[in-house]
Amino acid sequence: MGKAPDSDDPDWGSVMHRIAEARDIDSFSAVFRHFAPRLTSFLMRSGATRAEAEEVTQDVMTVLWQKAHLFDPRRASLSTWIFAIARNRRIDRLRKERRPEPQEVLWGPEQADDHTEAMIMKQDTAHLTRALTELPEKQRKLIERAFFGDLSHSDIARETGLPLGTIKSRIRLALERLRHSMSQTTR
Amino acid sequence: MTLTHHISDEILLSYAAGALPEAFGVVVASHISLCDDCRARMTGFDALGGAILERETGQPVTDTQLGEMLTLIAHLPQDSAAARPSTRSATPKKLSQGQLPAPLCDYVGERLDSLPWRAVGGGVRQYVLPTKGTARARMLYIPAGTKIPDHGHGGMELTLVLQGSYHDADDSFGPGDIDIAGADTQHTPVAAENMPCICLTATDAPLRFRGLLPRVVQSFLRI
Repeated sequence: MGKAPDSDDPDWGSVMHRIAEARDIDSFSAVFRHFAPRLTSFLMRSGATRAEAEEVTQDVMTVLWQKAHLFDPRRASLSTWIFAIARNRRIDRLRKERRPEPQEVLWGPEQADDHTEAMIMKQDTAHLTRALTELPEKQRKLIERAFFGDLSHSDIARETGLPLGTIKSRIRLALERLRHSMSQTTR
Repeated sequence: MTLTHHISDEILLSYAAGALPEAFGVVVASHISLCDDCRARMTGFDALGGAILERETGQPVTDTQLGEMLTLIAHLPQDSAAARPSTRSATPKKLSQGQLPAPLCDYVGERLDSLPWRAVGGGVRQYVLPTKGTARARMLYIPAGTKIPDHGHGGMELTLVLQGSYHDADDSFGPGDIDIAGADTQHTPVAAENMPCICLTATDAPLRFRGLLPRVVQSFLRI
């Protein structure tokens, strides 16, 4: 389904830095070309119409343009950062609710230099994507469903015809596998 | 702070996916603000959301779409919020002297003593948070040694202890702890004898109190 994580793997940290510092249109276009199709597809799978999905995608990319300087490649991958913006926009638009956010953790003195931390984050991200790809399809599908929005486990049960208990245990299994896989490469 | 009761993966996953009603979100965000373990797991679930997004495929962007987007941002200035400083002192993460977790402060203000509590009988006081949606979040003040009326739940009840402690038949819960009760739970929490217990509770269906008197309480609680 998705591209292999390494096939196109720009250094998004630098790209975002150029957007923040130089308002670089080419860099923004690169982010848009990579993420807009993914976002639109993600939102449509979450139940949005194409028009709605494209509108939210534009919203999210506008936020990205305006808040590029807040992206910190040591703390999250760009896909995670964009996912979080999209999630919050969706809550805001569809439910007219706000999303309470935890208090920010303030970072202590750095353990390693910024570049190293960003590299570690990048490796972890590639690894998680691989681990997700390697999940048994039934488990991966349910994890995806859970992320596609306002679906409770009972909704998924209705939709898939699977008993609630099966859904819960499959999701639990999937999370266990992901954790196991991530712990295998702990540095 | 050593916490013994944490947020379940199921609830944390819903929070990361954006599927949790606002009332529950306040409880979850407040606990995460105090709990490194749950924060780490939340970060993992956020990353999972990012990985799922990354795996998506869609129709490539057309030149028209890109042009439209670029027109949209052409005159938009950069947000004025300063970039996050990279080095700062550690966060105060203590529930001391009536201090509340930051996400809760957004709803009730900084301090407990200025809260417009409403008496609901038996010395118990409550304050319902102004959240949207059908789920309700409320602060509860339970005098030392007082029993919360026996109640079951139509749905899920998520409680964060802010001050003092309480226990039910199975377990006891102290500051920062999370108590998750399902639809099938019938319990009677009792505040500890030494001090009043203050907690934050979210429910997604009306509480069902048993017996006549508690039903009066329920009508006061207006759940």
